[in-house]
Amino acid sequence: MSQATAAPIKKSSGSTWTEIQQILLRGRAFIALILVVAVFTVIAPNFLDAANIEIMAKHVAINAILGIGMTFVILTGGIDLSVGSLVGLCAMIAGMLINQGIILPQFGVIVYPHTWLIMFIAIIAGTLMGAVNGLIITRFNVAPFIATLGMLYVARGMALLINNGYTFPNLVGRPELGNTGFPELGAGSFIVNYSIWIMIGFALVAAFVAQRTPFGRRVYAIGGNERAAELSGVKVKRVKLSVYMISGFCASVVGLIIASQLVAAHPATGQFFELNAIAAVVLGGTSLSGGRGSIGGTIIGAFVIGVLGDGLVMVGVSSFWQQVIKGVVIVLAVIIDQVQARMQTRIALQKQQELG
Amino acid sequence: METVAEVATIPSTQPGDHALALRAEQITKVFPGTIALDRVDFNVYRGKVNALIGENGAGKSTLMKIVAGVERPTTGRLLMDGKTIQLHSPLHAEKLGIGIIYQEMNLCPNLSVAENIFLGREIAPSGLVVDKSAQRTRARELLHRLEHEIDPNLLVSDLRIGQQQIVEIAKALSQDVRILIMDEPTSALSAAEVEVLFKVMEDLKAHGVSIVYISHKLEEITRISDYVTVLRDGKLVAEARTQEIDVPWIIEKMVGKNPAALFQKGHTEVCEEILRVEEMTLPIVGGYTVDHVSLALRKGEVVGLYGLMGAGRSELFECLAGVRPEATGRVYLDGKLLPAGNVSERINRGIVLVPEDRQREGLVQTISVAHNMLLASLRNYFNGLYLTRRKEQTAVAEMVKGLSIKVANPTQIITSLSGGNQQKVVVAKGLLTSPKILLLDEPSRGIDVAAKSEIFAIMERLAEQGLACSLSPRS
Repeated sequence: MSQATAAPIKKSSGSTWTEIQQILLRGRAFIALILVVAVFTVIAPNFLDAANIEIMAKHVAINAILGIGMTFVILTGGIDLSVGSLVGLCAMIAGMLINQGIILPQFGVIVYPHTWLIMFIAIIAGTLMGAVNGLIITRFNVAPFIATLGMLYVARGMALLINNGYTFPNLVGRPELGNTGFPELGAGSFIVNYSIWIMIGFALVAAFVAQRTPFGRRVYAIGGNERAAELSGVKVKRVKLSVYMISGFCASVVGLIIASQLVAAHPATGQFFELNAIAAVVLGGTSLSGGRGSIGGTIIGAFVIGVLGDGLVMVGVSSFWQQVIKGVVIVLAVIIDQVQARMQTRIALQKQQELG
Repeated sequence: METVAEVATIPSTQPGDHALALRAEQITKVFPGTIALDRVDFNVYRGKVNALIGENGAGKSTLMKIVAGVERPTTGRLLMDGKTIQLHSPLHAEKLGIGIIYQEMNLCPNLSVAENIFLGREIAPSGLVVDKSAQRTRARELLHRLEHEIDPNLLVSDLRIGQQQIVEIAKALSQDVRILIMDEPTSALSAAEVEVLFKVMEDLKAHGVSIVYISHKLEEITRISDYVTVLRDGKLVAEARTQEIDVPWIIEKMVGKNPAALFQKGHTEVCEEILRVEEMTLPIVGGYTVDHVSLALRKGEVVGLYGLMGAGRSELFECLAGVRPEATGRVYLDGKLLPAGNVSERINRGIVLVPEDRQREGLVQTISVAHNMLLASLRNYFNGLYLTRRKEQTAVAEMVKGLSIKVANPTQIITSLSGGNQQKVVVAKGLLTSPKILLLDEPSRGIDVAAKSEIFAIMERLAEQGLACSLSPRS
């Protein structure tokens, strides 16, 4: 009797252990985040102050918003190296429109658009640059790495050209021109800073799109097997074009936020941001070969990078060591990702074989 | 208990009186949660062909991986020339003269034929610099022996699938093998190429090479093999000399039930014409792959399209399904001329293709069973804002039940399913688009007899419901 009951219990405890392992591995980015937060809370006493949390969240928002766009691109199996430059370009466009307006020499007038219109124009510009990326990739069959590498240089060059390499300072506008209020985007807040709300809003919409809409499903399908997706009636080129536009759109929003926070547009804004965004996506468990990953993961990945960065600064670790640590964390994350993927397949196989 | 006796006197277990080149004894392989092989004995006879047969998941590949040194058995041992051997790695097995040709191609498409043949074993007398001309000469000799004058300088990516298989065989031959394992080597070969392969196998046998031959094509097995070993659910079911058995015997051993029940041709009511194709043409450089083909299809009809590999069956299907925008010709559905269209337009109008190569074209390997199944019919579950879970789940459940797909949970990843069940998922994906015409390109490729007959039964049933199917089984 006792033997008969003992056997099934043993078996079930074994399977719960693998389940626990699974949960731990799947939630690894989250666990890493908790660990990082816990460590810094102990070392730096004011780490969990409300003010400090908000500052960190503001930093995280930049990487997270770029990461959201990047996630869609990477899910299709592509990459977007141009987002950092697009951030700079869109910041410069907004700066120019506020400080210089649109000069129409043939009429001898200068038009100063309203602040909302300025932001709209900058966003359209970023989205269109994303569309150029997408068109080069889909129409001319250029590898995403190359096409967006080209755009990285082109957009940065354009950002420098706009004001000959100079910064547009003091983007407050003039009341008599009706273009004031731009700094409000970066400085204003509703409970917390607007940029944090933008991140939350973007994350919710993006997660919904990825999980619950045909577009999201198609993005995953293209990354997993482009040919199979095409034969299932997925318009591959159109979806790919869209993901680069989404990425460009996110970059332009980040450009506006940064220019507004600094109340200035600097042409070097956003340098190396693409690498932080890619790191956030990868830390969040999205596979660079496409087809696997999630928006939620990217957000957590962005938090890990942001909190790690700010925490190391607060603790007083040298910036040289910060880079070493960041690099190690990213590579480690991918290694754990591989382990988890293998384990998941094994468990699925096992379940299937139990079924017979 | 009879197993003990078997171990003690090895020769007595042999049905034949040929010398053993290799013997796998009481091999058990346990994977987490499952027993892939359960005390299996397997003999390789010197200079003979032993065909290893079994349904998908019967344990053939696992057994061969053990013999080739890729996997190690949980218990049991391998005997070579009467001595126990321990295989540490595939390289070690190779050194002992055991070569394997995998089912999935293992060539580097970016390298030349000669480079592929000598990959990892480059001819480099000084140990540093590869003697390319020696490799080319040797490669040419090997290919000549296989009666295929393929230029060793060509890139593998420029070869046809059949030619790539020949290169794969040449690669195995270059290693001076004593035991050669061939895992479904003919699955991509034309009839003429199969003949050449069989000739080469005879030649190898004459040179004393032992061959283990895995195939789903039973006619081939009865023709080429000297011995037949049947596995079912990880157990050895039977071993016999091929001359003493026939195809029904093999099927019965494989499936474990009367084969006559497997293949049934029901009666179908044939109704009005639904599809008419006129002058379908697909030009390629210097000719046509599809040359002015016309055909008609009636409602409730299953039409078989025959032809060798390269005859243009797959291409014709691709034209119909809208994959080839460069195709010309007229397609009438329900008497109405269809405009030229892409895949999604053709799916909307009721023509859907179940492609030939399910790994390359049918499945998205990274996503779940359910998401694969729903991929072609997403708009049916879309309410303008999001995909409704309830509708999705109903559709998936219906298909899992209707096609009896063996799956623990539709949210699990597609690659965890067996080949036959994966194929059913691809068929289900096509069916969920509510097609009027289902184009099945070799729906039974690489799946076992039982799954095959199930797929045919499904088509039969669909035809009875008024769906027209067109299929192209291998000739």
